[in-house]
Amino acid sequence: MIWNENAECMGREEKEEMQLALFQQQVKRVYENVPFYKKKFDDAGFHPDDLKTLEDVNKIPFTTKDDLRQAYPFGLFAVSEDDIVEIHSTSGTTGTPVVSGYTQKDIDIWGECTARAIAMADGGKHSKIHNSYGYGLFTGGFGIDHGAKAMGATVIPMSSGNTARQLKIMEDFQSDILTCTPSYAMYLAESLEKEGFGPDEISLHAGIFGAEMWTEEMRQSLESKLGITAHNIYGLTEIIGPGVATECKEQCGLHIQEDHFFAEIIDPKTLENLEDGETGELVLTTLTREGMPVIRFRTKDVTALRREKCDCGRTTVRMDRITGRTDDMLKIKGVMVYPSQIEAAILQIEGLTANYQIHVSRPKTLDEIEVKVETSPEVFSDEMKKIEEFERRIARKIQSAIGISVDVTLVEPESLPRSEGKAIRVIDERNFD
Amino acid sequence: MSVKQLSVFLENKEGKLKKAVNAMSQAGVNIRALSIADSSKYGILRLIVSDNETAIKALKEEKFTVKETDVIVVGVKDEPNGLNTMLEILEKKSINVEYLYAFVSSKTEEAIVVVKIENYEDGVKALEDANANLLSKEDLAEL
Repeated sequence: MIWNENAECMGREEKEEMQLALFQQQVKRVYENVPFYKKKFDDAGFHPDDLKTLEDVNKIPFTTKDDLRQAYPFGLFAVSEDDIVEIHSTSGTTGTPVVSGYTQKDIDIWGECTARAIAMADGGKHSKIHNSYGYGLFTGGFGIDHGAKAMGATVIPMSSGNTARQLKIMEDFQSDILTCTPSYAMYLAESLEKEGFGPDEISLHAGIFGAEMWTEEMRQSLESKLGITAHNIYGLTEIIGPGVATECKEQCGLHIQEDHFFAEIIDPKTLENLEDGETGELVLTTLTREGMPVIRFRTKDVTALRREKCDCGRTTVRMDRITGRTDDMLKIKGVMVYPSQIEAAILQIEGLTANYQIHVSRPKTLDEIEVKVETSPEVFSDEMKKIEEFERRIARKIQSAIGISVDVTLVEPESLPRSEGKAIRVIDERNFD
Repeated sequence: MSVKQLSVFLENKEGKLKKAVNAMSQAGVNIRALSIADSSKYGILRLIVSDNETAIKALKEEKFTVKETDVIVVGVKDEPNGLNTMLEILEKKSINVEYLYAFVSSKTEEAIVVVKIENYEDGVKALEDANANLLSKEDLAEL
C-alpha cells in the first residue's frame, strides 16, 4: 500500500519544482537564523539568491559531521529552544555526539516518513508493530513509534534486550511487523529456532531493518527463518532518523522521501557530483525540517541513485543498499572500491568465510589488486585445476561487484588476521611519493 | 576396496612441506607414497599413509587444510608395458585419469600405481572387469 500517493508518486517535473522552492526557502532560513550557515555561505561566496535552479545546488558548501560536532549541543538550531519538543543524539562513540532537535512539525514529518515505510511493509491501522529498536536518545525506537502512531497502528514499544520476553510477547500479542537492527533480528530468529518455533508459529509477515549495514544474504536468511518480507530502512540522526529512505516490496533499492530530503551523490575525493547509477558518497539536505535544518550533509555512506520507475508505482528516487563508508574507500585504477563490496562478493560463495585480505600494489605503472582468501575443507580440492577454477570463480564474483579485475589467491586457514579486534583487511603497498 | 588418499593444501612458502611431514612423523604416521602438484602460488601434497585418522588429526592441529579422496590403487607388472596395459583398460572405456603416481615395494614383484579418476565407481568397475589387481587398504598395510 502507498501511504501518501500524492507525495510518493509525483511527476518528476512537479517534484523538482517543489524541491527547488523548498530548497530556496531552507537556505534562506538557515542564512538568516543560524550564524554557522551564514558564515559558511559567506566564506564560500554563496548567497541564498544564487540558488536559481536545482543545478545551482552544487554551489552550496557541504556540511560535515565535524561541523555538527562543533555546534554541540544546540548550535545549529534554527528556532528558539522553546519550540523544540524532542531531542535525539548520536552515541558519540567516534567523537563528540551530534545532537538533533525537532519541532512538533519535524516530529510530524518524521512520523509521516516512517508511516510510509511501514506501509511499504504492508502495515496499516490493523498492524501490531513489534518495535525492538532501542527507545532513548537513539532515533530508532522513537522514529518507528512516531510513524506507527501517525498511521493509527498499534505499537508495541519493546526496545531491545530481554530476548525471552521479546519472544513471548511476539507469540502472545501476535506481532505482525518486526522493527529492529538486522543483527538483532537475526539474534531473535536464531533464538526462536532454538526454542523450536518455525516461521508458521509466529504471526510476523514483515520486518523493517536498518541502522547498520547488512547484506542480501542476510536478508534471505532472515526472510526464510522468520517467514517475512524484510525491508531495508535508512536514516541518520543528523538528518532526522530512520525513514529517510525505505525499500518497497520490489526490494530494488530504497525509496528516498524526496519531498523532505534532497539526495545527491558525489565523488568523495573530487567532491564533484556524480551521475545517476554511479557509486559515491550520499549527500543529503533536509528540505522541510524546522528545528535543525541540515544543508548538503556528507553522510560518508556509499551508494548510488536510481531514477528508473519502480514497479510499485512510486516515482521517488531510489538508493542502493549502503555498500560501505567513504572512510574505507580505496581508489584502484581510478575506480572507487570498498572492502565491504569485496566481502559481500566473497560471502556469496559457499564455504568461504569473511577471512580475507586485500593487497593493492603498483609493480610498474598500473595498480594491481590481489585478494587472499582462506581455504576450508569445503572449498579445497585434491586437483589443481579445480582449485584454480575456484579461484577464478571468486575473482569473477569480485570483479562483477567492483568492476575491475582481481587476482585471487587461496591461503591456509587461520593464516589471515581474525575479524575480532582491528583486523587488517587492506594492505596498500603503493608508494605515492 | 576403497583407499583414501590425503590431500594437503600447502602455501608456496619455505618450510611448509617440512612442517606437514614433521607433524605426521611426530604422530607416528608412516608415509607409504606421495606426490606433489604445484603451481606458482601453492602446492597440493597427496599422500597414502599408514593411518589416516591420526595423520588428519596431526595436520589439523598444525592448521593445515586436509581432505580425503577416493583413489584406486592397482598393482601392475613391474616391466615394460605394465602401466600401459592398465591405461589401455581405462582408455577403452573412455575414462579420464585426473592424475597418478607410482611406487615400488620390496615385498612385491609389482609396481603400485595410485590413480585418481573423476568417477571412482566407473574406474573400479572397468579395472575389475579386466581382472586388474586392485589393492585394498589392508593389502597396502602388508607392503
